[in-house]
Amino acid sequence: MSALAHLVAATAPARYAALGPGAHPPHRAPPPVLGANLVSDLHELFTYHFMVTALAAGTVVAVLAAAVGWVMVLRRQSFAGHTLAVVGFPGAAGATLVGLPIAVGYFGACVAAALVIAAIPRGRAGTSRGAESAVTGAVQAFALAAGVLFVNLYQGFLNGVDALLFGSFLGITDSQVWSLTAVAVGALALLVLLGRPLLFASVDPDVARARGVPVRALSLAFVVLLGVAVAAASEITGSLLVFALLVMPAAAAQQVTARPGLGLVLSVALGLLVTWSGLAVAYFSIYPSGFYLTSFGFAVYLVAAGVRGVSEARSRRVAALGRGA
Amino acid sequence: MSTAAGAPGAPVDRPVLVMRGAAAAAGGRTLWSGVDLEVGAGEFVAVLGPNGAGKSTLVKVALGLLPLTAGSVELLGRPAGSSSRRVGYLPQRRSFDPGLAVRGRDVVRLGLDGHRWGVPFPLLLAGRRREREARTRVGEVVDLVGASAYADRPIGSLSGGEQQRLLIAQALVERPEILFLDEPLDSLDLPNQAAVASLIGGICRDSAVAVVMVAHDVNPILGQLDRVVYIAGGRVAAGSPHEVITSETLSALFSTPIEVVTTSDGRLVVVGEPEAPEVHGGRHGHEHR
Repeated sequence: MSALAHLVAATAPARYAALGPGAHPPHRAPPPVLGANLVSDLHELFTYHFMVTALAAGTVVAVLAAAVGWVMVLRRQSFAGHTLAVVGFPGAAGATLVGLPIAVGYFGACVAAALVIAAIPRGRAGTSRGAESAVTGAVQAFALAAGVLFVNLYQGFLNGVDALLFGSFLGITDSQVWSLTAVAVGALALLVLLGRPLLFASVDPDVARARGVPVRALSLAFVVLLGVAVAAASEITGSLLVFALLVMPAAAAQQVTARPGLGLVLSVALGLLVTWSGLAVAYFSIYPSGFYLTSFGFAVYLVAAGVRGVSEARSRRVAALGRGA
Repeated sequence: MSTAAGAPGAPVDRPVLVMRGAAAAAGGRTLWSGVDLEVGAGEFVAVLGPNGAGKSTLVKVALGLLPLTAGSVELLGRPAGSSSRRVGYLPQRRSFDPGLAVRGRDVVRLGLDGHRWGVPFPLLLAGRRREREARTRVGEVVDLVGASAYADRPIGSLSGGEQQRLLIAQALVERPEILFLDEPLDSLDLPNQAAVASLIGGICRDSAVAVVMVAHDVNPILGQLDRVVYIAGGRVAAGSPHEVITSETLSALFSTPIEVVTTSDGRLVVVGEPEAPEVHGGRHGHEHR
């Protein structure tokens, strides 16, 4: 029932009105309208339990994705992150097909794929990159195709593909929020524990190895962490839009600051900003939440890139003035 | 083949690096064998030789990153690989991704505590004190290498010479007794080569740090060197620069006539060295062993 409810909830064409009895979002006919009174609008957001759970889950996922994403962007592993996300799609669709919770599908597929990626031996730097990315591209295409097949085999709910690929904030249960929180706390604790050696191994692997840092084991541990973060983010943004929470806040933060501690904090803050504003606006809109999350994330990135450009231009001007004087 | 015995200005009273009958292989081929070498505290030693002779391998073996196929190596009185704290290492030609958003200062800091698990936790009193000490130490070495003006910029945005200075600071931050530098002047322009070479020489003299430096060209560091280790044809000759870089010694080492010419400005030019043409262009070019 639960997986079915998710798909129904996520795909109901007339939105909340189409939900069956017992489903989380309440019976309401037209989409809510954003009125002039912002306070009462915000108040309205929190009167519905499904919206509270969505915001809670979004908050947990935003923190986890922004922190892990910051390291991913630093390590230039966005491609691996995308592969894990795409593999999550057939995982979630397959789980629905056999009657398992969607979350089990996301986490199972993403972590399994992470272990496979980690197990692929890296050849000499520079030589095997091309071959590796070709293999990964092939796997990505097949994963998408398998996901589409599973969704079709699960008869009658073809629209579920939308929710799985592009996200939905409807039908998130309390137990999902708790399990997401438990996963996020565990993953963040591991990230803190790996802390400095992970940064060392990411920035400067040769010296890190010489200093006794287990570079290979750290890279394995991080890919698994990445799989966990991708699976968690997929529950909110869908498989194809995980970068809204995984890449955009982190990349924006790295545009603005080169201080690791500050960058991590900024990345998390931007992730929360994107998530909260995206979910809130999506509530009042007839368009999907994934669109708003991703658009706000993109806007944040553009602003950050602009800030960087302006400050670089200014420092160049100052340097030129200094030379001229 | 040869040891420091008799090398002028190099009293090996307390050796920091000792190799005995050492041999190393790469890809099933023996690179060099029968190497006896002692490096004393505060000595400046250059490792020279043609491409592919195994210069980088010598450094990696000394660090314990690669195994010996024969003989023994002792670093700071212990078997190689077991003492990483008091040893600085600057691997060959690292350039950072231009977009890497980590400050030069942070890269230096990683040399100090990057191997410790967790993150700095400056909320407790002890943590705050440790944090202050760490920042002071990082500031000192950044000053020492003359990188203060740009240490707060992202390291990816810096020039090769600026990055190299910060990496030297990183290698120095733990107050090592011996510093291994693998072609630190490679990919620098001539003024920067001279500046970085004199920086390294100054550190060696003033801080009594032994320096083992792999070099492609001996001339930028010729004035600073105590000793030269020349690897060629699977064998090694060691001694003062003017003992080793001579027509006789190199001809014997290469088993082919070699001529060493001293130019009017004191530079040494080796003529007839049977060396494969240098490979340029590849990001991980020659000597990647």
